[in-house]
Amino acid sequence: MTASRERLVVIGNGMAGCRAVEDILKRSPDRYEITIFGAEPRVNYNRIMLSPVLAGEKSFDDIVINDAAWYADNAITLHAGRAVTAIDRARKVVEAEGDLTVAYDKLILATGSDPVRLPLPGADLKGVVTFRDLDDVDQMVAAADAGGAAVVIGGGLLGLEAAYGLARRGMKATVVHLMDVLMERQLDSAAGFLLTEALAERGVETVLSAQSEAILGEDGKVTGLKLQDGRVLPCSILVMAVGIRPSTALARACNLPVGRGVMVDDQMRTGDADIYAVGECAEHRGIAYGLVAPIWDMCKTLAASLTGDEAATYEGSLLSTRLKVSGVDVFSAGAFAGGEGCEDIVFRDAGRGVYKRVVLQDGKVAGAVLFGDAADGGWYFDLMRQGADVRGIRETLIFGQAITEGLSGLDPSAAVAAMSDDQEVCGCNGVCKGQITGAIAAQGLTTLDAVRGVTKASASCGSCTPLVEKLLKLTLGDGFQAQTGPAPMCKCTHHTHDLVRQAILAQDLKSIPAVMQAMEWTTPEGCASCRPALNYYLVCAWPGEYQDDKQSRFINERVHANIQKDGTYSVVPRMWGGMTTPDELRAIADVADKFSIPAVKVTGGQRIDLLGVKKDDLPAVWADLNAAGMVSGHAYAKGLRTVKTCVGSDWCRFGTQDSTGLGMRLEKFMWGSWTPAKVKLGVSGCPRNCAEATCKDVGVICVDSGFEIHIGGAAGLHIRGTEVLTRVASEDEAVWTICALVQLYREQGWYLERIYKWMDRVGLDAIKAVMADETERRALYDRFSYSQRFARIDPWAERVAGRHAEEFNPLSRRLEFAPA
Amino acid sequence: MNALVKEPTVTWTDVGAVTDVPRRGARRVPSPRGDIAVFRTGDGQVFALIDACPHKGGPLSQGIVHGSTVTCPLHGRVIDLATGEATGVDRGTGCAPVVPLEVRDGRLFLGLVGG
Repeated sequence: MTASRERLVVIGNGMAGCRAVEDILKRSPDRYEITIFGAEPRVNYNRIMLSPVLAGEKSFDDIVINDAAWYADNAITLHAGRAVTAIDRARKVVEAEGDLTVAYDKLILATGSDPVRLPLPGADLKGVVTFRDLDDVDQMVAAADAGGAAVVIGGGLLGLEAAYGLARRGMKATVVHLMDVLMERQLDSAAGFLLTEALAERGVETVLSAQSEAILGEDGKVTGLKLQDGRVLPCSILVMAVGIRPSTALARACNLPVGRGVMVDDQMRTGDADIYAVGECAEHRGIAYGLVAPIWDMCKTLAASLTGDEAATYEGSLLSTRLKVSGVDVFSAGAFAGGEGCEDIVFRDAGRGVYKRVVLQDGKVAGAVLFGDAADGGWYFDLMRQGADVRGIRETLIFGQAITEGLSGLDPSAAVAAMSDDQEVCGCNGVCKGQITGAIAAQGLTTLDAVRGVTKASASCGSCTPLVEKLLKLTLGDGFQAQTGPAPMCKCTHHTHDLVRQAILAQDLKSIPAVMQAMEWTTPEGCASCRPALNYYLVCAWPGEYQDDKQSRFINERVHANIQKDGTYSVVPRMWGGMTTPDELRAIADVADKFSIPAVKVTGGQRIDLLGVKKDDLPAVWADLNAAGMVSGHAYAKGLRTVKTCVGSDWCRFGTQDSTGLGMRLEKFMWGSWTPAKVKLGVSGCPRNCAEATCKDVGVICVDSGFEIHIGGAAGLHIRGTEVLTRVASEDEAVWTICALVQLYREQGWYLERIYKWMDRVGLDAIKAVMADETERRALYDRFSYSQRFARIDPWAERVAGRHAEEFNPLSRRLEFAPA
Repeated sequence: MNALVKEPTVTWTDVGAVTDVPRRGARRVPSPRGDIAVFRTGDGQVFALIDACPHKGGPLSQGIVHGSTVTCPLHGRVIDLATGEATGVDRGTGCAPVVPLEVRDGRLFLGLVGG
């Protein structure tokens, strides 16, 4: 050691401080006499490996980066557990606890960050911890040893790792997250959904969209967390993992420029030429990083500038994230922002629980989310950082590096031709190329369906369909006929409506993301065509259980009114069986006056339409109609609309039965039900058919001996008379039959397929056969009745009471100025 | 967007929190130029457009948001939220003007001219 050496003082013995010193020593081992201050009373360890320590998968010794010998070997003075209290820039000294003063020539701030503590009532109770250092881990381990429940506030990377670790140690762990997607900064909603499921399998429950209100305690110790919705989650330890804040107190106190972090230039220099900052305490070009990779980049530049290489610059870092939860492989990098030239490539493998999404922008990788198989994360990240043009490998990109590079240079047809006969084409059914080409040749197969029928190739998940088609083309040349038969639901999937509906029931799929994963959707979140369809299929399959997804409904069903060409809405209250009263009419007239509703029209379905209502007025209009006893007429719904009747035996001299009464009874029982497409009913009291029942989806013609039930009429784009389904003797039987019939349609119809189209597809005879089977008819009726228990709710009254108020109110008051 | 930001008289106005806009949804902000639609995608990105479809002026804020597009509720045009342009077969048939939007500390700011 010589007196000529410059004195370097490092405040912070964490990952950044020590890595900076390591990098400096590598470049110039003898340049500095080094002193390191550390707030924790221990040597330097790998903070990001605290999660495995908490989970019991590693010990503290495993995660030590530099042991005591390293400090000694490099003649570094370590003041561990001794906090620096001030920096005196004029005298160029740092002052520490215990009257210690150390002079510096160069100073590095590597003070890291502090965990954010939410200012909740009860935040100072014993058992409320953050997840930052080994002391926090020790507290959590001690709590876990006593058993019980743990609550973690924050569903980000750190919070999830904390919860997983506590669950591994035998606690019942619950993550409470403010957002509706876990790790929402890194994951899209599809991957977030899978993560929620995977954590549940590992004993970590998730409560999303949950606002914490207060931490509850007894005798100064935490006992639970109260949420704003009133729920209480009991716990004996509560971890706050809601983010970090750069630790800047020292820098601030000595008047260095501080934004969110200590501001540094591209050489990592602060506002003082002799003071540098690095790691989580630093703010570079407006960004304060909280991940390890940027820290390594910063340290490299810092070491260069402190050893005389002024040319080295830090330009900021692209970020990638990996979650450290055993068996849950999650990777995320870049952005998923859409925009011009953006394209999603999605791959799902339901069997292996894999979801991959790569976002391309202008032919380059802009972002990637991988769940379940993140092996290629590094490769995508490299492509992203290099800004490589991937248009040439677009076809195979999603399958990863091995496959892409294995096939490079071959065009897709040549690649298929080059496959050996024993190479597997269909993973689901274990079918090799040779079996497929063999069957095509031997049995003269010419269509995809035929190949599916004989070999089962591409008959399950369908993802190898393009490959099987290429094999057909290759084997047959011009003899190949393109696929006919039922089309897929939409461009997001290879599957038909029927297959998706079967899977929903068979695999207990109870949410849109669950269906998309199980059925290997090829887009991250579906489109405006499949989302409403899936929402309906789930509503139909799981009454009372499925949570309706409002954002997957067409606007009319979202706001319970019909949008008009000028963006206003029309409102149609229900008039049971087309009957009304003077009071109802007065209320309608009053509403029309009060809200200056420009048009009032009598509809073809025997009700009154109020046209031109402003969206903001809808709840108030409904409130007045509700007050007069009226409910939504669902004139906007893919569901039961009107039941048109004639006056029947009550008044008409030809009437054979009480058609008005039957119509009202049907409507009162069936209202609110969702169906694949709109359903209109008509009940005529005699064959003169004044209610025009024979052009309705389901019609009833009353006759002396009972009731004729008709099906499959339409008077819209197509005009069709009904077919007779059956004749029944009593009104009860008529109601049972119609409800069973509508339930059959609800379960079999494709979304937006009217009853007559469904009838044409499955055949009237098939429908008749089901309805003739007493047991089956009964079961259908029972399922309809059960479903109706959850459906006969007036959506207007719910919204008058405040449900989805945000849908009807503008985001802000009217702006004074126009947009730029 | 840069061309818009260059305007020297742009003032940024706070219109609410990002989380006030539902995921895969939109909210309206009334302005002297008609409603502005503020969208939030499933991935949490936010965009603002004049709330009028280039086709027949349909209120885009009322459409179904999927990916970074919205389907107009009136006739089903699919509009790119970042550019306001019609996509697919309707590409090149018009554009809903983009409104400058910035997010700061979880708040939405619209860029306005005037004052």
